[in-house]
Amino acid sequence: MPLLEVQNLRTRFHTRHGVVRAVQDVSFSLEKGETLGIVGESGSGKSVTCYSLLRLIPQPPGKIEGGQAMFDGVDLLSCSREQLRAIRGKRVSMIFQDPMTSLNPYLRVEEQIIEPLLIHDRLDRTEAVKRAIQALEDVGVPGAAQRIRSYPHEFSGGMRQRVMIAMALITRPELLIADEPTTALDVTVQAQILDLIRKLQHDLGTAVIWISHDLGVVAGFCRRTLVMYAGRIVETASTEAIFKRPKHPYNRALQKSIPALQAKGAELYTIPGLPPDLSKPLPGCAFAPRCEFAEDICRSGDIGLKEVEASHDSACLRVQKGELTI
Amino acid sequence: MLRFIFKRFLQTIPVLFIIATLTFFLMKMTKGGPFDTEKATTPEIKKQLEAHYGLNKPVWEQYIDYIGKLIQGDLGPSFKYAGWNVTELIAGAFPVSLELGCYALAVALAIGMISGFIAALRPNSVTDYLPMSLATIGICLPTFVMGPLLILTFGIALGWFNSSGWFFLSDRVLPALTLGGYYSAYISRIARTGMIEVLSQDFIRTARAKGATEWRVVFKHALKGAMQPVVTLTAPVTAHMVTGSFVVEKIFDIPGLGRFFVTAAFNRDLTLVVGLVLFYAALIVMLNLIADVVLVWLNPRLRFE
Amino acid sequence: MPVPIATSTALPVEEIEQGASLWKDAVRRFARNQMAVLGLSFVLLLAIAALAAPLFAQPYDKQNLSYGAKAPSSEHWMGTDVLGRDLLSRVLYGSRISLAVGICATFVSLTIGVFYGAISGYLGGKPDVVMMRIVDILYALPFTVFVILLMVIFGRNIILLFMAIGAVEWLTVARIVRGQVLSLRRQEFIEAAIALGLRKRAIILRHLVPNVLGITIIYATLTVPSVMLLEAVLSFLGFGVQPPMSSLGVLIDEGARNIEEFPWLLTFPGLFFSLTLFSLNFLGDGLRDALDPKAAKD
Repeated sequence: MPLLEVQNLRTRFHTRHGVVRAVQDVSFSLEKGETLGIVGESGSGKSVTCYSLLRLIPQPPGKIEGGQAMFDGVDLLSCSREQLRAIRGKRVSMIFQDPMTSLNPYLRVEEQIIEPLLIHDRLDRTEAVKRAIQALEDVGVPGAAQRIRSYPHEFSGGMRQRVMIAMALITRPELLIADEPTTALDVTVQAQILDLIRKLQHDLGTAVIWISHDLGVVAGFCRRTLVMYAGRIVETASTEAIFKRPKHPYNRALQKSIPALQAKGAELYTIPGLPPDLSKPLPGCAFAPRCEFAEDICRSGDIGLKEVEASHDSACLRVQKGELTI
Repeated sequence: MLRFIFKRFLQTIPVLFIIATLTFFLMKMTKGGPFDTEKATTPEIKKQLEAHYGLNKPVWEQYIDYIGKLIQGDLGPSFKYAGWNVTELIAGAFPVSLELGCYALAVALAIGMISGFIAALRPNSVTDYLPMSLATIGICLPTFVMGPLLILTFGIALGWFNSSGWFFLSDRVLPALTLGGYYSAYISRIARTGMIEVLSQDFIRTARAKGATEWRVVFKHALKGAMQPVVTLTAPVTAHMVTGSFVVEKIFDIPGLGRFFVTAAFNRDLTLVVGLVLFYAALIVMLNLIADVVLVWLNPRLRFE
Repeated sequence: MPVPIATSTALPVEEIEQGASLWKDAVRRFARNQMAVLGLSFVLLLAIAALAAPLFAQPYDKQNLSYGAKAPSSEHWMGTDVLGRDLLSRVLYGSRISLAVGICATFVSLTIGVFYGAISGYLGGKPDVVMMRIVDILYALPFTVFVILLMVIFGRNIILLFMAIGAVEWLTVARIVRGQVLSLRRQEFIEAAIALGLRKRAIILRHLVPNVLGITIIYATLTVPSVMLLEAVLSFLGFGVQPPMSSLGVLIDEGARNIEEFPWLLTFPGLFFSLTLFSLNFLGDGLRDALDPKAAKD
């Protein structure tokens, strides 16, 4: 039984400029202890998908319009608020991209780390503080016992992220959703945080969904990867297959754009065109306007994910038909 | 923290100094002022004035004397109340106004924050429109309209309170509501804005992601941040309440500093008026200081300037 | 208090009209705002009534001592005051005075405020910081106290009243104008103008002023009620306009003194005054929301 099974998730934002179809028909599943990467550009819907799972979307203007997210028999999208709150922070935790804005600047770090313990495990304060100090040490913050009394702005970026991780994992959740946790950090710190999460994941057996726009980060950590574009999943496979045997033009274009993989001195490859305006309906494949392999059928056909190889799905019509090899 | 308070305190001294200097020169310029011996009132007062201000001394000496006496808290003799010192007169009436001000501020903050925060929790709903509409109306009902209306309704028609006077505890109610009610409208709106702003911050999302109840989110996480604009507004509100007290003390016949000021101005009791202006200025400056200190206490990031 | 109020009208999902000019768009938005339109209507009505008062109202100074204060009747719609004078006329004439003082004093504060704000915003850097710090300090001081002080020293006359009130209400306008100038300065068309070699004066006149004009009009409309309020408070305390001229503030003062016996002497002028403030505030908010929806509250 998968730990998490998402089916046909649909989330939209009703703004004064129109209805933005942020997430359309997203389905995937996650096994216990599995590491899954979700990759895509800004606006691809990767973050909104995961916020929707925990119903953290601001509900106006956002609205989860359909779908199911079964977590251990409970549909996260339609369960009661009490059930949801019991799961948030205890069985499913989340860490966010910018630890400076995601931590409460008015409260000491200690207050914030012990909070999940107070809410869910009903520990008394002293016990909770002890556990919190231990948690801080586990994430590699030196002098944890003193520093825990500090405020978030007294930490460096990397340290703040460690605090967030400690806070998220202190209840030993079954699933950790990490929304681009290393994007806002220096490259060297990125590597450290990645290592830390990898180690903790291994020790605790927590399933992890890692959201990123950076294929490279995901490559070193996630066993499976989803690629999203314009609110839909366009390819899903083991990370190795995603890299070695891309089956969707967008995936291939993303890999071509990785600066480190390009020839020195040559002009940097960028994907031509711009991401689509999600407030307008997109007939056919959303990537077609920018795709070097696009044909007429791509612009009007019924687009959906189909298995094109063992455990490897793609939404590219032409690949599904066998016409195209990437 | 103490160092911050001390530093801020030092910053207030130049402001007070400037105001004192300005008032000194204003008084010198005024016909009929204490420096204009031709228009002096009664012989006793004239003698007192001469003694106090040293009217025969050169200007710069008068100035030094003046500042010196101010520092000691000596504001000179009253122009019209023979034998009375301005400082004594202020000391007599200030406690009354202070009491009124405290009640009014409490009313303003309580009604303002509660209604504003509640409105913020469900924007664009009934719990939002109702308090905000009342607030809008409240802003357009100034104290001198609201006060008499309250007297008319609760004092005369319903007979629950006295129409004026400051003797019983119940006499405090209508004046405090009049003075505080007006400013609660402003505080309500800024509390709402402050709370909405804080609730849209990322760390609120984090708190929810941890499974916190809305109660916890509002009280433990949002409140401190939401209160900041309210605290910032409190300083000018208190300053304006000084003005408001003139009106309210007149309407309800309260023997406070405001009424004193108005009477003194009518009588052209210049020393009393100037003394009061200086007193008010010092008071406002102190209040601003307190507001700043509270702000820093609320927001730890400001402590590390 | 110089803090403008906001309307809480939630805008529904609207389509963006292609090519609508800024003004047409603004007029449309304004027309949708019921309260603002209501405010505008009342203000216009008031203005007409006040201006035309001599044509139709009974003379406001016709005393009728034997009559005394009478409750509202078909002959005197708002009743009469203690000296037998028709209250409706007094209210209408009073609002003329109140409005006149409001507009003149607003003019004074606008002039000071716009100049101060524009200079501060244009200079930027240290001078701007200092100038704004001064504004901050002044904001926190009680205006009325200083106005009264000035009146004690320089005597009471109507010109002084205008100047004193105007000198005290310019702060908000200065802040807004400065903010606008600062953001305009950074915009590209100013840089383009500078790059083209336009002299500072030309830049200010041809580019900055038209953009600042819009916001000035809005805050002018919002300053008038603040100023009227200050004048009313002063008159209520006895420092404002002197009899035989009476503004609404004077009328309210008289009303408050007679509240036990003749409550209508307070209620009519009081409510009328409040209604005026209300309309002006909603009008100003409506204008602001119409011309700059981004500044609208939520």
